[in-house]
Amino acid sequence: MDIRYYIFLSLALFVIGIIGVLTRRNAIIVFMCIELMLNAVNLLLVAFSKMHHLAAGAANPTAGSEAQLFVFFIMVVAAAEVSVGLAIIVMLYRNTHSVDINFLNRLKH
Amino acid sequence: MKNLIALIPLLPLIGFLINGLGRKHLPKGVVGIIGSGTVLGSFIISLVIFLQGNFSATPIKYFDFINVGSLQIPFAFQVDQLSTLFLLIITGVGFLIHVYSTSYMHGEKREHFGRYFAYLNLFVFSMLLLVMGANYVIMFIGWEGVGLCSYLLIGYWFKNIDYTKAAKKAFVMNRIGDLGFLLAVFWIIAKIGSVQYEDVFTAASLDKLTPSDITGITLLLFLGATGKSAQIPLYTWLPDAMAGPTPVSALIHAATMVTAGIYMIARSNALFVNAQVTNTVIAIIGAATALLAATIALRQNDIKKVLAYSTVSQLGYMFLALGCGAYTAAVFHVMTHAFFKALLFLGSGSVIHAMSGQQDIRFMGGLKSKLKITYLTFFIGCLAIAGIPPFSGFFSKDAILLSAFEHDKFLYAIGLLTAALTAFYMFRLLFITFNGGFRGTEEQRHHVHESPAAMTLPLIVLAILSIVGGFVGVPEVFLHGGERLGEFLSPVIPTAHHTISHSTELMLMALTTVIAIVAIVIAWMRYRNYKEEQNGALGKLLQNKWYVDELYDSVVVKPINKLGVIANHYFERSGIDYLVNGVGRLVNYGGRQLRWMQSGQVGSYVLLMVISMVAFFFLQFFLRK
Repeated sequence: MDIRYYIFLSLALFVIGIIGVLTRRNAIIVFMCIELMLNAVNLLLVAFSKMHHLAAGAANPTAGSEAQLFVFFIMVVAAAEVSVGLAIIVMLYRNTHSVDINFLNRLKH
Repeated sequence: MKNLIALIPLLPLIGFLINGLGRKHLPKGVVGIIGSGTVLGSFIISLVIFLQGNFSATPIKYFDFINVGSLQIPFAFQVDQLSTLFLLIITGVGFLIHVYSTSYMHGEKREHFGRYFAYLNLFVFSMLLLVMGANYVIMFIGWEGVGLCSYLLIGYWFKNIDYTKAAKKAFVMNRIGDLGFLLAVFWIIAKIGSVQYEDVFTAASLDKLTPSDITGITLLLFLGATGKSAQIPLYTWLPDAMAGPTPVSALIHAATMVTAGIYMIARSNALFVNAQVTNTVIAIIGAATALLAATIALRQNDIKKVLAYSTVSQLGYMFLALGCGAYTAAVFHVMTHAFFKALLFLGSGSVIHAMSGQQDIRFMGGLKSKLKITYLTFFIGCLAIAGIPPFSGFFSKDAILLSAFEHDKFLYAIGLLTAALTAFYMFRLLFITFNGGFRGTEEQRHHVHESPAAMTLPLIVLAILSIVGGFVGVPEVFLHGGERLGEFLSPVIPTAHHTISHSTELMLMALTTVIAIVAIVIAWMRYRNYKEEQNGALGKLLQNKWYVDELYDSVVVKPINKLGVIANHYFERSGIDYLVNGVGRLVNYGGRQLRWMQSGQVGSYVLLMVISMVAFFFLQFFLRK
């Protein structure tokens, strides 16, 4: 399949993520949007990896495998981030009974 | 011997440390004993050295003081005839003044009493260093030391703003001279590579220095001397220095420190002998100072001011002698002057003490019967300074006038005129103070009393010295081989040979004496019953000291102050300050402008992040080549 489809899809997901982060006030949705951006990048990495692998052919069986390694790294980091982020959201909810992200500006006081 | 010599300056230094550090704890009696005792110790050692008579021109080295590259300056002393003579004067007169001070300063608080004696001892130490040093650098240390002590002692009563100003004036004036001295030392180092006296003088005698070098060095040295020895144009500090306690005036501003310039030039006679231009300058400045100061002294009403101007005048005399090449005569006059001027100052101190601090002679009068010892000794001092034979001043003044006569008739005439003026103003002072009716307040009249023994004894000793001190230099005319001082100093200072006949010499002496006596008689007629003087135009001019202070003020002080104000305004305030404050203000301003970014709104942070990311994309893909 043409690589451009993957790029467009990934770009679309990423932009959705950005817009979600910028516009929404619900912490959980912001969170989901961040995940969306991360996975858009993952998708792109995997797509390019596959492309390079095919282009190299039998001469170089490991071509493009670095990208897949990065994907795993990103997933690990994302998992860690989720655990911290969700904990913050839980604490936020306990304190304010709301998950409105703008409550966080109280931290500066 | 070496250790004994080192002890001479060390003793006063020890006294300074003890009195200075323990001034809050030591009782006054102990302070006085330590202060005078250390100086007495130095005097005794000097006397032993003098009596043993084994002088040597070779320096006694203690340690390396400066040792850089080819330049070696050892810390060394040189105790030859000239330094020994000065040692005796400094420690001898110094001791008497210390003793006098124990009584004169008795009213001071314990702490200040200790401070006073510490300063005095430090001064004696510096002065000893000055005359004992075997090279110009050691001399310079002492030179600066006496300047500092002079500053400290003039400003001893530091709560009086005028006194501290006088101290500052003395210090600044001295510094101007010191600069000349320092430049001369640098010049010597550059040309000869050593500051040791013997090296310098050998180099000078071997024609290693060009005439212009010698002239330059000697002129700069003389500039140093004008500062320390109060000559035109730097003399104005000395009369103001009378702000200090009277014994200080006697010790520093009459007997010792101000003679440092004479000592330095007499010591460097091997250099000066070949510098004709400098000698002419010295002689002219000396004569001019002698005359100017004598005229000012005619119309001063402060007892100490009269003596101060007479000191300036007598120092001018000494420089006249130096300029005429009569180094022995100058040193001789230093010695006799130390005796009678210390006597006169201490006598004035005794008068001031009796008058409860009154210094204006217009409010004294008739003290003759009440202060018998003071009057008698003061009278002897006046006779000595007026040059009446056989008092000491006669011999030394005569030696100076004789060499001036040989050298230049015009300078001699000025010297003679000054001698007449000297006799006149000194006896004016004497008659106004001690004769006539009492003009003080009733309270003072009851208070007037003779000073205690600690004050009168030094007066008596100095009076005896003022009488007999001149006999070490009796001229050839009276006694063959009478010029003992000249003989004594001959290893250091080559003896001068007089060329004029004995009959001329006798005539000159008679002329000087007659003129002095006439001046005294005129003073007697005018001032024995003192009434308020009517000041003519000239009198007013003299009373205001020829307006020299005002002249300096408008020519030097005010322009420099203006320059300071301009520099302060344009360089300091709007230059450096503006720059430094500008940095602070810039950071402040930048911080305030960036503050909105730290709003605490998560959304705005994210937005900023996104904008930055987009900006990076642009940089990466569109702006890069």
